[in-house]
Amino acid sequence: MISRNEILETNKMIQEENLDVRTITMGISLLDCADSDIDRFNEKVYKKITTCAKDLVKVGEQLEKEFGIPIVNKRISVTPIAIAAAGCKADSYVSVAKTLDRAAKEVGVNFIGGFSALVHKGCTESDRVLIDSIPEALSVTDVVCSSVNIGTSRNGLDMDAVRRMGEVIKETAEQSKDRGCIGCAKLVVFCNAVEDNPFMAGAFHGVGGKDCVINVGVSGPGVVKRALEECRGADFETLCETIKKTAFKITRVGQLVAQEASKRLGVPFGIIDLSLAPTPAIGDSIAEIFQEMGLEQAGAPGTTAALAILNDNVKKGGVMASSYVGGLSGAFIPVSEDNGMIEATKLGALTLEKLEAMTCVCSVGLDMIAIPGDTSAATISGIIADEAAIGMVNNKTTAVRLIPVIGKGVGEMVEFGGLLGYAPIMPVNTFSCEGFIGRGGRIPAPIHSFKN
Amino acid sequence: MKGIITVLGKDKVGIIAKICIFLSENGINILDISQTIVQGYFNMLMIVDMEKSAIGLDEVFAGLKKLEEEIGVEIKLQREDIFDSMHRI
Repeated sequence: MISRNEILETNKMIQEENLDVRTITMGISLLDCADSDIDRFNEKVYKKITTCAKDLVKVGEQLEKEFGIPIVNKRISVTPIAIAAAGCKADSYVSVAKTLDRAAKEVGVNFIGGFSALVHKGCTESDRVLIDSIPEALSVTDVVCSSVNIGTSRNGLDMDAVRRMGEVIKETAEQSKDRGCIGCAKLVVFCNAVEDNPFMAGAFHGVGGKDCVINVGVSGPGVVKRALEECRGADFETLCETIKKTAFKITRVGQLVAQEASKRLGVPFGIIDLSLAPTPAIGDSIAEIFQEMGLEQAGAPGTTAALAILNDNVKKGGVMASSYVGGLSGAFIPVSEDNGMIEATKLGALTLEKLEAMTCVCSVGLDMIAIPGDTSAATISGIIADEAAIGMVNNKTTAVRLIPVIGKGVGEMVEFGGLLGYAPIMPVNTFSCEGFIGRGGRIPAPIHSFKN
Repeated sequence: MKGIITVLGKDKVGIIAKICIFLSENGINILDISQTIVQGYFNMLMIVDMEKSAIGLDEVFAGLKKLEEEIGVEIKLQREDIFDSMHRI
């Protein structure tokens, strides 16, 4: 029988250390909604989403109550719209984004991902229509998230798409400038995007999966930090063991919730995403884990090593706790959503270049970083290219979610509200990369991708 | 299904009695119970068997919520599975 101490430990994690299940995300395929008429396509999409996900929020809330653990977000990911809507032959997909928004609100989820295109080896006409629709789509909807995959380790990088995405990010910022350029907070540019990511803004439902699945993202930076407080000053072996054990416990809860949700919704279980995702709440920060590990601030020398240790051991502990691990399973460090990161940025301890270095070991990308509004589209493309190159060469997912804040400069603050938090604007290297980005074409796949 | 009930709050007469009456009236069997008082704060853990519960789970939650307000302590019911999955392989 379970002991008193074990019960108290679990409940302390939930009540004091912000242990939660970060998201239950239902992946829904829209491939069977294809139609040559965009209005009929929209109708089918609305019907399919509101049918598949009608009980998602209710079941999520019931599980929260029964297990006594918060399930923070209930979300939906759909087939990339550039694929699902390809038959429509329309010149804009904004109406599809509006349909997704309406369907998501109808079932009560807080985000829907999949207004996406996979263009790692070039654009189809439908991809082009989707990418052109992004700025307006993200400004006229509230909960729709968009992502574009511009490269893979197997295919190299599509630099035309990289150049275009720099412009799209600027246009998106411009169109939502009255709301802190929030459109950009819902737009991710990926290299090696994964098909079963439950986390936003980059979630979409891959074409290789089942019609409908449940993916779960677990989290618990606060629990890891608390566990590390118990081993202050201990050597790295103890440090790693502590992280592993904690990650195991966190993941087991996610696995339980995922299986139960899958059973009750009658939808197969997909994967658990082992990621440490912070929130703006005090004590739910990745940066605070770095501090507990012995760094004065996130960004200090040693941060990349600390992150490597952290994420590797989260995976080692988590893999055994779940039957299927997938998604991104990396450390998210959305700067605006992590109190410690915001603090480190304000103090000048954390720079864009250091964040880029951190993505080489396991961070998923340059995430939720506010940059000056006058940053050029080419510079944004240059940052995307650098980040994508890291992903391509290291066979890992990397992502860029930058917010050029129109009308604001370095040091000023921008507020996104809610889970998206707030951020000080970071300086960007102002030397030009115009000539490089302007070349166009594709960067060929790296030599080590030829494994057959 | 087994459940864990945790009760936390300022000590007073009849906390256990009231909760036990509610449970027995609804066919919920107590398997294990332990209680401590630290600096005037009442802290109780109960493992209960709800297999033969006369009422649905939602009603149990509602009943405990009512008791929580009546007695003025925090009462939490959770399914045992969450503790089992976290602490047992």
